[in-house]
Amino acid sequence: MTVSLSLSGITAHYGTTKVLEDLDLHVGEGELVSLLGSSGCGKTTTLRLVAGFLEPTTGSIKLGDRDLTRLPAHARNIGLVFQTYALFPHLTVRDNVAFGLKQRGIGGAERRKRADTMIDRVGLGDFADRYPANLSGGQRQRVALARALVIEPPLLMFDEPLSNLDAKLRVDMRVEIRRLQQANGTTAVYVTHDQEEAFSISDRVAIMNAGRIMQLDTPEVLYSRPANAFVADFVGFENMIPLRAVAEAGDAVRAEMPGGGVLTLPKEHFTVPSKEFILATRPEGLLVAPAGDGIPTTLGLRTYLGRAYQYQCDTPGGEIKANGPLAQPFESGTNAVLIPQPEQCCLLPA
Amino acid sequence: MRRLSGFNVVSLTLGFTFLYLPMVILVIYSFNESKLVTVWAGFSTKWYGELMRNEAFLDAALVTLKVAVMTSTLATILGTCAAYVLVRIHRFPGRTLFAGMTYAPLVMPDVILGLSLLLLFIGIGLDRGVLTIVLAHTTFAMCYVSVVVTSRLVAFDESLEEAALDLGATQWETFRLITLPIIAPAVISGWLLSFTLSLDDLVIASFTAGPSSTTLPMKIFSAVRLGVSPEINALSTIMIALVTVGVITASLMSKSAAIRKAKDEKAAARA
Repeated sequence: MTVSLSLSGITAHYGTTKVLEDLDLHVGEGELVSLLGSSGCGKTTTLRLVAGFLEPTTGSIKLGDRDLTRLPAHARNIGLVFQTYALFPHLTVRDNVAFGLKQRGIGGAERRKRADTMIDRVGLGDFADRYPANLSGGQRQRVALARALVIEPPLLMFDEPLSNLDAKLRVDMRVEIRRLQQANGTTAVYVTHDQEEAFSISDRVAIMNAGRIMQLDTPEVLYSRPANAFVADFVGFENMIPLRAVAEAGDAVRAEMPGGGVLTLPKEHFTVPSKEFILATRPEGLLVAPAGDGIPTTLGLRTYLGRAYQYQCDTPGGEIKANGPLAQPFESGTNAVLIPQPEQCCLLPA
Repeated sequence: MRRLSGFNVVSLTLGFTFLYLPMVILVIYSFNESKLVTVWAGFSTKWYGELMRNEAFLDAALVTLKVAVMTSTLATILGTCAAYVLVRIHRFPGRTLFAGMTYAPLVMPDVILGLSLLLLFIGIGLDRGVLTIVLAHTTFAMCYVSVVVTSRLVAFDESLEEAALDLGATQWETFRLITLPIIAPAVISGWLLSFTLSLDDLVIASFTAGPSSTTLPMKIFSAVRLGVSPEINALSTIMIALVTVGVITASLMSKSAAIRKAKDEKAAARA
């Protein structure tokens, strides 16, 4: 039973503060979509709306062809994994996992069998009779996962499920979550503020800011082709060089930096979106060369990164970071040019 | 830890003497052979025997117990409800006013509370008796329950309730299966507290009692006006014992919960 989740035109308020603004989100059947953003961006609010702990001011939420918008939380049949795990402290691991089954009227023997099977699947077979207080963080996380999965919900949701674990366990658990989600083919929404975590396990990622989705795309596209300056900055495009298109010269566009300096961008590789635009790139997207068609610069401090040297470059448009090859180190104070590498640079509307 | 200095020992002794000397004297004289309260004539438990044969005291004790059990049960239910709503529902019109008003009877003089309840009962034509005492005691006892339960609910992780809702439990099932078992220690403490409060109340009971419903504190008070008898000492000793047992039980319960928690955390750290 795989279904899709659709949020359309969702606006939500906390008191008088607007926290979500006209949000549309579609999660396809069996797809894992992450909501990624810093705290206060509305990602957790979105999840709580779908779970039914909050009601939207306007808009509708549909799971398959079921309208969830005004349905009480207990009737929604969604598996939710909480950041704090939210295990019932007065119940054993087995009773925690069986809680949802009991609420669904599944009888004693069948309930126990299904709970135990799920506890085995998350590798806690020996801990079924323990209380949550007697488990480590990673084990509690597994119980929370088992409790959400055992009810075989059409939709799974995760609210920063790994933020209380140490780094190594986080990596193991996210792989585990992805494996279980794919094995069941369950549609899933995953909320996190950790970019690596979101990119590593998601089919698509929605980068959110101030109650809106800034871009919803596959991790690959987000990483290399951000659609706007916010997303570019979020995924680590450290250089944002403002430019203005001044002239067309055959098969190239000539663009000017505010403080002087002219750059020729071949039309074959670059599509200029507007007259004023931004060249966004990571340090490795600018090649440091002694001469050529690029941004003129005086090289400043050089740092060693292992795979390359990084230079703090003084340019007419301000300070820029660029990486240079290990084979050819430049001395500080050298005049050079920074040549934008088309496949690693984005031109964004200003 | 710092050592006990002479100064500390003296202040400790003074403090405890001040607190407990009157009670210790009362208890000792309840075992006095003599009829005279101020003259020691040897150890005896005969006043306890006398007490057991005193119908008036036994009736009063029965009334008091009845009132205390009914009061604490009713106050626990109402106080828990009030605490739950005040903690869980963050926004409703007049929330602050309600919260303040719940606590008001805590600081209201007993005389005022008793008088206002008496006027109310007369006004609505309710015959005074056990029922009116129970209603009056519940009025102030539920505030104490509400305070105790509130402090537990504030520390309660709300996502536990959300998890239960998410797994298909209705609001009522969530309260019954998740919230109530977890806050049970506070609810039981509230019950014990109400019980002792009701047990030793004199003022409010005097206002709201009827002719057939004299409570033990009322009985003792009126008996003492005719002179203190060792029987009263015996009775008071029993009451002190009851309250002490109640308080120790309540504190042992919370202490063993704390010990269990510490042990669990140690076990989890090893796991």
